[in-house]
Amino acid sequence: MIEVKNLVKVYSSKKNKVIGVDNVSLTIKNGEIFGIVGYSGAGKSTLLRCLNLLERPTSGQVIIDGVDLTTLNDKELRQARLKIGMIFQHFHLVSSKTVFENVAFALKAAKKSKDEIEKRVNELLEMVGLADKRDAYPSQLSGGQKQRVGIARALANEPTVLLCDEATSALDPSTTKSILALLKKINRELGITIVLITHEMEVVKDICDRIAVMQDGKVIELGTVYDIFTNPKEELTKSFINSVLQFELPDHLLKKRTGTIVKIQFKGEIAEETVVSDMLQTFNVKGNILHGKIEYIQDMPLGIFIMELTGDPDEIERAIDYISLRTNGLEVIASAA
Amino acid sequence: MLLNSLMNLVPELNKAFLETLYMVAISLSVAIIAGLPLGILLFVTDRGLFLENTTVKSVLGFIVNMIRSIPFVILLVGLLPLTKLITGTTIGPTAASVSLSVAAIPFFARIVETSLREIDKGVIEAAVAVGATPWMIIKDVLLPEARPGIMHGITITTISLVSYSAMAGIVGGGGIGDLAIRFGYYRYDNTVMITTIVILICLVQIIQFAGDRIARLVDKR
Repeated sequence: MIEVKNLVKVYSSKKNKVIGVDNVSLTIKNGEIFGIVGYSGAGKSTLLRCLNLLERPTSGQVIIDGVDLTTLNDKELRQARLKIGMIFQHFHLVSSKTVFENVAFALKAAKKSKDEIEKRVNELLEMVGLADKRDAYPSQLSGGQKQRVGIARALANEPTVLLCDEATSALDPSTTKSILALLKKINRELGITIVLITHEMEVVKDICDRIAVMQDGKVIELGTVYDIFTNPKEELTKSFINSVLQFELPDHLLKKRTGTIVKIQFKGEIAEETVVSDMLQTFNVKGNILHGKIEYIQDMPLGIFIMELTGDPDEIERAIDYISLRTNGLEVIASAA
Repeated sequence: MLLNSLMNLVPELNKAFLETLYMVAISLSVAIIAGLPLGILLFVTDRGLFLENTTVKSVLGFIVNMIRSIPFVILLVGLLPLTKLITGTTIGPTAASVSLSVAAIPFFARIVETSLREIDKGVIEAAVAVGATPWMIIKDVLLPEARPGIMHGITITTISLVSYSAMAGIVGGGGIGDLAIRFGYYRYDNTVMITTIVILICLVQIIQFAGDRIARLVDKR
C-alpha cells in the first residue's frame, strides 16, 4: 500500500517559488492500477517522482508498505528502491550496454550472484518477449522494444510497486496497446501495484482501476475510472473525458432537426435494459437515433446516445422525465424548434 | 648539402623525439590517473546529481580554474620547488614532466566533466531509481556512456601536451619542440626548423587519427 500524506514539493530559486505539488494526500491500494492524469505542469510527474524520492518532498510523507521513505538514510533508501520499479517515457537505457547488461544492472544493485543474474535476466527477457534481443544494443531496438527492456529492468528485483512516468507517450498507438497489455498482465499475474501518469485518457480507460485528476499541484478529483467517466464533477475532468467520448453532431444535422435533441447516458446494468423501447411504447413520441456508442470501461458498459424526439410537446416532456428517472443521465441539448 | 646536414641531425632528433614521448607519456598517465577521478567528482557533486555537494564542487572548481589560468611558462618555473621535492632535480625531461602533469590534470578533468555532462540525465536517474550505489553508477553508467567523449579528451590532452612540451626546454627538458627553438629559431637553421615541424605535424596527425579510431570503436550508441 502506498500512502501519501500532506505531500508538498516547492521548487525555490532566488527569485521565486514554484509549487510543484500542493498538499496532496492519497492512498493507493495493493494490486491496483492507479492513474494520475492532468495537463503538463499539473504536478503529476513531480508527484510520481516523489513516490521513490527521485524528488525529495519539501514536506509530507511517502509511506510504502508501512515504511516512511522520507525518514530513511541513503543506504536504506537504496534498499527500498530495489522494491520500487520505475519506467520512463524515453526509456533511459544505458546506450553503451546490451539489453542483457541493462537488465543485469538492476540485479547487480541488489548484489545478486552472477548465476542468479544470468538466470533472472533470461527469465525477465522471456517474460517481456525479448529473449532473442539479449545481446542487442538499445540503438538497435524499436521504441516498444526499448520500453520492454525498461520494464524488465524495473521488474528485476521483484518490486511491489511499478511507477510509470508517461510510459507510452513516446510510442505509436499499436505499440501503446501492446505495452499496456503487458502492464496489465504484470499487474494481474504478479500482483504488482502500478502507478502511472499520463495525459492520454485512452490509457486510463484501458487499464486503470482508479484515477486522480491533478490541476495546479492539487488532486481535484479522485475515484474509480468508471465513476469518473460516468459522472465527472470538475470542468477539467469533463474536458479530459470528452477527449475520449467525443460526441460532436454535424452542423447540418442540428439545422435540419425539428424535434428535441437529448443525450442519454446509460450506466452499468441500465445499459442492458430496454429503456428506449419502453419509452417509445409508453409515450406517443417518435425517436430517431442521431449518434450512439457503447464503451466498456473496466468491463462495465457505458452507453451514450443522442436522440431526436418528435411529437406532442407534452408527451416529449413526459418521455424525458421518464428516461431521466430510469437512467439518471439525460441532458437536453436542444429543445424543439 | 641538405641531406648532409639532415644526417648530422639524426642522433639529435632521435634523442629529442624520445624525450618528447617520455614527457608526454608521463604527464598523460598522471593526467588520466588524477584527472579522471577529479572530473567525475566535479560532475557528480554538481547540483541535482546523486552526490550533490556545493562545497566540494566550488572548492575543486576554484582550484582547477586557478591552475588553468596560470600561463604554462610561469607554472613551469613556479613549480620548481615542487619538482625538486618530487624528482630531486629541477632540470631534464623528468623534471619537466612534473609541471606538464600539473597543467594537464585540470585540463583533462574539465574535459571529463564536459563529456559526463553530455550523458542524458534520465539515464542517471534511472540508475538511481533502480537502487544502485554511487560507485555502481559511476562504473556502470557514467564511464561507459562517456567513453567516446573521454577518448576524444585523451586525444586532445595528448596533443596539447606535445605542444606544451616544447616549452620544457626552459628547464632543460629537451624534446622536439625544444630542438626546433634552439637550433631552428635561435640559430636560423631552416633545415632543422622545417624537419622538426614536419615531425610534429606527423606526430599530431597520428595521435588524432588513432584517437578518433579508438573513440569510434568504443562508441556503441
